[in-house]
Amino acid sequence: MSSPASSVAPVAISVRDIHKSFGPIEVLKGISLDAREGEVVSILGSSGSGKSTLLRCINMLETPDRGAVTVAGETIEMLAAGNGKSRPRDRAQVDRIRSRLGMVFQSFNLWSHKTVLENVIEAPIHVQKRPRAECIEEAEALLAKVGIAAKRNHYPAHLSGGQQQRAAIARALAMRPAVMLFDEPTSALDPELVGEVLRVMRALAEEGRTMLVVTHEMGFARDVSSRVIFLHQGQIEEDGRPDEVFGNAKSERFRRFIKA
Amino acid sequence: MDWTFLQETFVSLISAVPLTLLLAVNAIAFGAVLAVGIAVARFSAIAPLRWLAQAYVFVFRGTPLLVQLFIIYYGLSQFPAIRHSPLWPILREPYWCAVLALALNTAAYASEIVRGGLLSVPFGQIEAARACGMSRFMIFRRITLPLGVRQALPGYGNEMISMVKATSLASIITLMEVTGVAARIISESYRAIEVFVVAGAIYLTINFLLTRLVQLVEFRLSPHLRQPVAVLPAIIEGEAH
Repeated sequence: MSSPASSVAPVAISVRDIHKSFGPIEVLKGISLDAREGEVVSILGSSGSGKSTLLRCINMLETPDRGAVTVAGETIEMLAAGNGKSRPRDRAQVDRIRSRLGMVFQSFNLWSHKTVLENVIEAPIHVQKRPRAECIEEAEALLAKVGIAAKRNHYPAHLSGGQQQRAAIARALAMRPAVMLFDEPTSALDPELVGEVLRVMRALAEEGRTMLVVTHEMGFARDVSSRVIFLHQGQIEEDGRPDEVFGNAKSERFRRFIKA
Repeated sequence: MDWTFLQETFVSLISAVPLTLLLAVNAIAFGAVLAVGIAVARFSAIAPLRWLAQAYVFVFRGTPLLVQLFIIYYGLSQFPAIRHSPLWPILREPYWCAVLALALNTAAYASEIVRGGLLSVPFGQIEAARACGMSRFMIFRRITLPLGVRQALPGYGNEMISMVKATSLASIITLMEVTGVAARIISESYRAIEVFVVAGAIYLTINFLLTRLVQLVEFRLSPHLRQPVAVLPAIIEGEAH
């Protein structure tokens, strides 16, 4: 996956000099990163390193104080908001760009009053205004792909954590996103359910999806991703192919991190 | 026991039930719309809107409904501006005065119930909607409101029952709903106990049916909170075609 071809593929997502503070704590201190189409970037780091915040700044669930995000060539326009911070200029543009980014949360966040199928077709029908029949057909194919077609008329509360997370992945895929964002997708799962979610993610990587994955799963980062980024105290401390990073890390901190 | 008298009373009071129901249904319907608006205003980023909503709830929850009814029925006609406004043909009708007072009053209580429901919606589900690119209005319409209403329904059932009973105050401004008719029969017959027992039984029946209706709606809206037995036939049916 880290073949030379991927280095000439167009850039799917580009993050430039992102800063973010919560009160006095500076969580991100100027992060820049590009992901080309088909790249799978694993973002590692100990808790508090800013990795989830980075992901959430990309789709503006957190508003970065400074910096730029470009998705499929379109840059989110920001305005200075006084107090040294920025905010998006046009909410509609943010909504449009969000619909090009499939987000998978640590705690699934399926809509509890809708069945699995209704969860998956909700945004394609109402945000993308696609025909209902087409959305249902595509949703059923996606649910089959993540292995929960039989659960399509169940409500989230009636599914296991692993099934809920696979439904959430199907929901994100239904938007036909340019980039998939995974925010610690297996951290809330019982250990025996982690594998089923990782298998789905591995299959997505193999079909050439662009993915940014915040994770603690070292095996996934090493075997599936085309690039690994290690964040420490809001800065990128390692960035490279998994064999480089895991085999021959430049930073002492990362070597300690993977040993722990 | 004078069965004939009871029967006559019952027949007279039953004929007043439609007006009672009409008052209750209109008050609840207008009140509900207003309540959602007030609840949303309480969450507004615009501070004066929040204060306005808060002041509204404070005033209408803190004063007796009867006083509100009197102010609207006797008070509004004091203002020439209102007497000459296009709304006057409506506002001079005791019926619409009663609906207005009841609706304004229930809206204050119901807005707090709705607010509680909206606050109970898990933030993660709202965030998931944002991440899908839904606009704020769409998130409210498709996610927050449906989830909030489900949460608010049991408490709102209480408020609807209160409203059915509160319609009896309309008798004081000349409306011949169930209590109004009961009072007239008593003034003719001096048999307060029998008449009020029958009237009470009628309110009890209305509220019994209302309670069952709320239960039914609650049941229909909450399959996600029950064990998935009912889902099984749906799957088999889904598999068939």
